[in-house]
Amino acid sequence: MPAVSKGDGMRGLAVFISDIRNCKSKEAEIKRINKELANIRSKFKGDKALDGYSKKKYVCKLLFIFLLGHDIDFGHMEAVNLLSSNRYTEKQIGYLFISVLVNSNSELIRLINNAIKNDLASRNPTFMGLALHCIANVGSREMAEAFAGEIPKILVAGDTMDSAKQSAALCLLRLYRTSPHLVPTGDWASRVVHLLNDQHLGVVTAATSLITTLAQKNPEEFKTSVSLAVSRLSRIVTSASTDLQDYTYYFVPAPWLSVKLLRLLQCYPPPDPAVRGRLTECLETILNKAQEPPKSKKVQHSNAKNAVLFEAISLIIHHDSEPNLLVRACNQLGQFLQHRETNLRYLALESMCALASSEFSHEAVKTHIETVIAALKTERDVSVRQRAVDLLYAMCDRSNAQQIVAEMLSYLETADYSIREEIVLKVAILAEKYAVDYTWYVDTILNLIRVAGDYVSEEVWYRVIQIVINRDDVQGYAAKTVFESLQAPACHENLVKVGGYILGEFGNLIAGDPRSSPLVQFNLLHSKFHLCSVPTRALLLSTYIKFVNLFPEVKPTIQDVLRSDSQLRNADAELQQRAVEYLRLSTVASTDILATVLEEMPPFPERESSILAKLKKKKGPGTVMGLEEGKRERGPDINGGPEPAPASATSTPSPSADLLGLGAVPPAPAGPPPSSGGLLVDVFSDSPSAVAPLAPGSEDNFARFVCKNNGVLFENQLLQIGLKSEFRQNLGRMFIFYGNKTSTQFLNFTPTLICSDDLQATEPADQARGSDSGRGRAGAAGCQHRVCVGLHRSTSSQHPVQVWRNLSECVRQVAHHTQQVFPAHRNGLPGLLSALEAAEQSPAGGAEHFQGKASNGHRNHQSQDYWVWFRAPGRGRSESCQFCGSRDHPHQNHADRVLVALGAEPPGSDVPAHAADEQGDRLPEAVCAAVGAVLAPRLLAQPLSAQLQARQPASSLRVDGMAQCEDRG
Amino acid sequence: MQFMLLFSRQGKLRLQKWYVPLSDKEKKKITRELVQTVLARKPKMCSFLEWRDLKIVYKRYASLYFCCAIEDQDNELITLEIIHRYVELLDKYFGSVCELDIIFNFEKAYFILDEFLLGGEVQETSKKNVLKAIEQADLLQEFQEVLGVSRNPSPDTLSHVMNILMSQCTK
Repeated sequence: MPAVSKGDGMRGLAVFISDIRNCKSKEAEIKRINKELANIRSKFKGDKALDGYSKKKYVCKLLFIFLLGHDIDFGHMEAVNLLSSNRYTEKQIGYLFISVLVNSNSELIRLINNAIKNDLASRNPTFMGLALHCIANVGSREMAEAFAGEIPKILVAGDTMDSAKQSAALCLLRLYRTSPHLVPTGDWASRVVHLLNDQHLGVVTAATSLITTLAQKNPEEFKTSVSLAVSRLSRIVTSASTDLQDYTYYFVPAPWLSVKLLRLLQCYPPPDPAVRGRLTECLETILNKAQEPPKSKKVQHSNAKNAVLFEAISLIIHHDSEPNLLVRACNQLGQFLQHRETNLRYLALESMCALASSEFSHEAVKTHIETVIAALKTERDVSVRQRAVDLLYAMCDRSNAQQIVAEMLSYLETADYSIREEIVLKVAILAEKYAVDYTWYVDTILNLIRVAGDYVSEEVWYRVIQIVINRDDVQGYAAKTVFESLQAPACHENLVKVGGYILGEFGNLIAGDPRSSPLVQFNLLHSKFHLCSVPTRALLLSTYIKFVNLFPEVKPTIQDVLRSDSQLRNADAELQQRAVEYLRLSTVASTDILATVLEEMPPFPERESSILAKLKKKKGPGTVMGLEEGKRERGPDINGGPEPAPASATSTPSPSADLLGLGAVPPAPAGPPPSSGGLLVDVFSDSPSAVAPLAPGSEDNFARFVCKNNGVLFENQLLQIGLKSEFRQNLGRMFIFYGNKTSTQFLNFTPTLICSDDLQATEPADQARGSDSGRGRAGAAGCQHRVCVGLHRSTSSQHPVQVWRNLSECVRQVAHHTQQVFPAHRNGLPGLLSALEAAEQSPAGGAEHFQGKASNGHRNHQSQDYWVWFRAPGRGRSESCQFCGSRDHPHQNHADRVLVALGAEPPGSDVPAHAADEQGDRLPEAVCAAVGAVLAPRLLAQPLSAQLQARQPASSLRVDGMAQCEDRG
Repeated sequence: MQFMLLFSRQGKLRLQKWYVPLSDKEKKKITRELVQTVLARKPKMCSFLEWRDLKIVYKRYASLYFCCAIEDQDNELITLEIIHRYVELLDKYFGSVCELDIIFNFEKAYFILDEFLLGGEVQETSKKNVLKAIEQADLLQEFQEVLGVSRNPSPDTLSHVMNILMSQCTK
């Protein structure tokens, strides 16, 4: 190598770098740099014009300072000047500076682009190369605009030098990646494809990269590349190691190009038979060569050879059509599982994961189970063990589930903290998926909690509860097992949660045994109480009230506990409120009421496991899919990124909100009222309404409700909203359920019914009277958030009319009148209690067993939000959380809920007096009835606002609403 | 490839090449995180790791770590050999390369990398061809100085010089 190559005599630069290296401290370094910066600045600003050499030297110093991690805010102009120098090294440094420190200063960009344009047009291939490198390095939008037309010409021109072709291909690739719309494929496409036949392997390599990327977006346009790629590949793999001269790398012919060609072929399905035969030959040759003894002991040889092999296996898996090749690939990988190279073991485990999901090779993969389990135990590298876990998960089926789950569980005891949570999720999923015997499932999950309680996420314990509740045959066993597990001196809080929940539901199943009598159960749970966090304590309080119902004999004990100062005066408002309300409930409610309120949980609807959803979220698409989804594409991110804002009503169909137009729609001065909710009315209405249909066919959906009680209200590819209603005498109940049809969780899904004062225009009086023609009418002109007011006639009922009212309407009035009747309730607990007592005395409330609760907002809520929720006893069982409606977390005592946000202002302030007057003679009573005995079915862990506002996993949200009106006709 | 980093065992960054647009702040954050992660790994561990949604391929040569971030469908082993080929190129150019060569001739390290990789893809895998391109540039520089080519040569003069050079190189 010539001596000049090591530097061009920039002595000043070398001195400066030495100085920096000799600095003893960070401060000294900064001082030296600042001195240099000042020097350079003065030189640049000085009167004396700098020669090219000095300019180059200073620009290079600035570059060095920048690369050290300091900010550089000047020198760009000097660098741009260097671009137009005719001295190669000056130009080169200029381009380097621009490439590293580009900023979108528009004036500079113009100058830079000009310089590039000149160099591209110059007849000097070296300058042209520099210009192309610069475009590829910067790849900004401005450059794409300026050169996207020019570069394809350079690429396909006959007289372009090979090196320029290579640069041009990759340059175009970079521009296409940054701004695809600025690089439309044109006539050059077919000529680029023919570069695959080029004599120069460097050109072929660069062109293959470009074609691969372009073909992913426009497979049709580059279809012809398949056969060309196959013949090129065929020539390479059959060539002797010396044929390709410098393109042979450690005895492997053109490994980079081979990998790229195989990658290109993965953009397409298996080719037609003729080409396919040749391709299969190539792949077989690659597999055969992998078996040959190595031509060199160097790791580079084996790496290059195996790089091609792994890419070939990827292609075989991608085609997934040649059982023979798949099984051969699997055997080949099996050999790597015990290879002494960690890298190969890692990659073999990774590739096998993909093979496990193919039906042709699944069985072949399973034969390696012992090796993989051994890897789990003996591998020293956590990332390799992680791959082993993934593979075990992928190869698991009914035949080996017990073994794999057992191995994973035992590995969990020593597993690295970083991967524990994932293993827990995987074990939980496998145990559920392949459980033949649900006692095994329960044991497995309890073991999970014992071994890795901290890593057991909420989804896991929610899921075990869902399953226990849905399966009668396992409930007794579950109760017995949790009872036994809870007797361990130290048990994880998650176990207390599961135990509390299950005993609260099914404790009676084991109460016959004197060793687990009600009192023993209670004492056992209560012995953990003080060690638990607030949410768990809240859950335990709910268990206690359930015990009151299950075991009347422990009622006094439990009442004593609830009455103790540590509960009644607990600093935590949630616990305090629960204690007060439960105590009150246990005192005032009759056995019948208790029995209905605290009834056993209804089965949960079957749906995709929330754990699976969580694992997917954790791992991203692809990794977890293997189990059954195979190659299913991940749907679009329906949650619209990390910060979904369903509240914005102007936004066009945000899937997670406002489907019914019930959300906060900003007042629009003109145009049809966007109250699609009004559709429910319009089914019965003669007047043409200006309601925008929700979706094609939604009108039909509404019509269905004339004679049916249940049905789908709305459906698109994201969400299904269904309505389910029941009628008995003068009462009606309505469930609205939101079904998540995607495989992704809805985040921040908040079903909110908002009601504003324009609702006064509706005529509850008519409906209440049960007039046959009762109908909801549109509210005052300009109203934006009308909510539906509907009348439903139940054909099966003896009563002439079943009045169906809009939920919010009803609730609004309830809330409004509640304030009048029980103004004190605004103040929280005392108000509630007085409401309770008043309701007890209210003949209507007592007679109807109506229970409801109205409260002006949650403590943590902004005061102007107004939440009202009801519950009805008896049949009113829903399958979702009382608070957020999610079915993901089973909470005790689920009840029919209405979560209604009432406008922006508290009712009372926004309801004009006359509205109350109009209805005054009748409604207070109706309200009394509706409010009824105010119960506090607040049995769940987290506060309402937290549930609704925090990012609770709320896939498949379900809000069950119930409203009732009295037919006083 | 999304980016390539060279750093010393002490965690000093020696070379950085980004093939995706990122802000300086992000670059610094990624660098800090990755350097830490890679330095924490033990010698016998495998050269690949999952990091965010990327795959990291790294290898240590003497006191220097070479670290590449590739995408999910990219080939790890061939990336490992990209690193090796780059080291070979540096070695050939500097003659038994060491960290100091890269510190003092950082601009050369960048030029060589640009000839080898462009836009994150391999441009030229032939060692001869890459080095030829660099040598030509060096010779061009020398000729300009030795032959006293005027400060502003016409393009014709330059291509003439280039032709002489190229015929020399191919000899």
